[in-house]
Amino acid sequence: MSLDNKQLLWMYKTMVTIRGFEERAFDLFKRGLVRGSIHFYIGEEAMATGACAAIKPEDAITATHRGHGQCIAKGAKVDLMLAELLGKVTGYCKGKGGSMHIADVDHGILGANGIVGGGIPLATGAALAFKVQKVPKVCLCFFGDGASNQGVLLESANLAAIWKLPVIYVCENNQYGLSMCVKDSVACPNIADRAVAFGMPGVVVDGNDPIAVYEAVSAAVERARAGDGPTFIEGKTYRWMGHFSGDADVYRSKEEKEEWKKKDPIARFEKMLTERGLLNEGKVKTFRQGVDKELEEAEKFAIESPEPGPETLLTDIYA
Amino acid sequence: MAIITYREAVKEALREEMRRDERVFMLGEDIGIYGGALGVTAGMIEEFGPERIRNTPISEAAIAGTAVGAAAMGMRPVAEIMYMDFTTLSMDQLVNQAAKIRYMFGGKAKIPMVLRTQGGAGRCNAGQHSQSLEAWFVHVPGLYVIQPSTPYDVKGLLKSAIRDDNPVIFIEHKMIYATKGEVPEGEYLVPIGVADVKREGTDVTIVATSMMLFSALEAAAELAKGGIEAEVVDPRTLFPLDIETILNSVKKTNHLVIVHEANERCGVGAEIAAQVADKGFDYLDAPIKRVCGPNSVIPYNQHLERLFIPSVEGIVKAAKGILS
Repeated sequence: MSLDNKQLLWMYKTMVTIRGFEERAFDLFKRGLVRGSIHFYIGEEAMATGACAAIKPEDAITATHRGHGQCIAKGAKVDLMLAELLGKVTGYCKGKGGSMHIADVDHGILGANGIVGGGIPLATGAALAFKVQKVPKVCLCFFGDGASNQGVLLESANLAAIWKLPVIYVCENNQYGLSMCVKDSVACPNIADRAVAFGMPGVVVDGNDPIAVYEAVSAAVERARAGDGPTFIEGKTYRWMGHFSGDADVYRSKEEKEEWKKKDPIARFEKMLTERGLLNEGKVKTFRQGVDKELEEAEKFAIESPEPGPETLLTDIYA
Repeated sequence: MAIITYREAVKEALREEMRRDERVFMLGEDIGIYGGALGVTAGMIEEFGPERIRNTPISEAAIAGTAVGAAAMGMRPVAEIMYMDFTTLSMDQLVNQAAKIRYMFGGKAKIPMVLRTQGGAGRCNAGQHSQSLEAWFVHVPGLYVIQPSTPYDVKGLLKSAIRDDNPVIFIEHKMIYATKGEVPEGEYLVPIGVADVKREGTDVTIVATSMMLFSALEAAAELAKGGIEAEVVDPRTLFPLDIETILNSVKKTNHLVIVHEANERCGVGAEIAAQVADKGFDYLDAPIKRVCGPNSVIPYNQHLERLFIPSVEGIVKAAKGILS
């Protein structure tokens, strides 16, 4: 369960990639190349990274509308993701899904979801499939504090608990459901307090510490693979940007945002790895340059890719 | 040929497909020892066990949603929603997830699930247990919608639905579970998207769905006494709709009456009428008539409820009306 250097450096690279991706996506949005909306994961990188470090390629996840980080941590390729954001035919969904529906079912990404909480029953169903198929796979179900108030969470979690399904509910409590602060929307002090009611263990972790997230999810994964059922994990984190790319973010104070930025998961992790001797200024520079290069190439690929032809409007509605 | 009930036909389809393909499993309320609220799954948990016949809590959103997730991962679930009226609680999972996942994921996923449910009035179950909501689902691109009338059709179509890779809304009718009909011994399928001419005729086409098929056949018998030969067409599948069979019939008869129990406004009759008015305009010698439930909430009182359900007399009257 403890992490080796390779895993730690993977975590670092993943978080840096997620942030770089989001920043680049925002830039493309401002240039008018990404349409619709983007929901940025900046500030929350440790959640997806720590959680996905605890699962294997054959395991599955459901992601949220704020799902770029979750997809990247699960192994999605940044070029195919950017192409999808630009609506190109080379994107993960051939330009038909966009940011909120990026998916790669063959690699266990059961999709980002435009419906808040929409992935919760899907993840539960995937876990049901794994149980009936008798395979030792698990499904991570990402959702936020906003989604934690959806009725379908109760329905799905209860079902997972009575049937001991190998699903892990990972609540990314970034303190806000759009403009509503979690202290005004959730009656319990911790969202994970509800786990008792659902009939499963509930764990609260520092969502900005990828190792803490990893440890909690690892334990849950072990539980699930052993056939002991689901776990509910809540990570406390914060989103640096507004809810979406057009959000003026007037409902949060500058002071609050500054406070949370001091707890930047990437800066913290970088400091920790430097103290351990795994990173130094030179290595950080190399890492960041490497990520930049990868994202630069991904952007080029996306921009140069063709749009889907008009004939694709009506394709793939049915099998 | 055996003579079995609609209920038995549904069960035979489920049994056969579950024996044939281990990926098929069922989930729903009271489908275990209780045998299903409408008696469809009686005896099945004894054969297939609780892993494949999964009794669920009262959680329609989770029932539908877990079926979607399991289907995405390669299973072929048959989820049951006890009364069609309760599909309201599953709408996100059916409309925003099941119907759209394939398209939104660029064709790189499929949701081979069947959502079985039953609708219909006639048992004094009142407004929240008697509806026919098929039009809602026909309206959603990405879903198949099947609504069979006879034991032969329900068995063959349920088997086809389970084998199909699309999400299928499969709608039975509570008042016809006990009706009997001939069903072949041995394996057979009814193709999805193919209508059936249940009675040939020359003077008026009556398209009728679900339980209304029987009322239409009765009406045809009544009309025949007066020398009017009605052709009764049972669409069987509402989407994909076999409009060709309907158009071929209207070409022959030049008159069309559409009958469905669901209330008239924006029912599937409106869709069929619009398609025929468009593609079969030159065939028509009279306006298209719809004989449907009134635009009302379904009442509890037995006499009022009877007024809600389209009657044989109403169908006869409509047919005669456009023929005069």
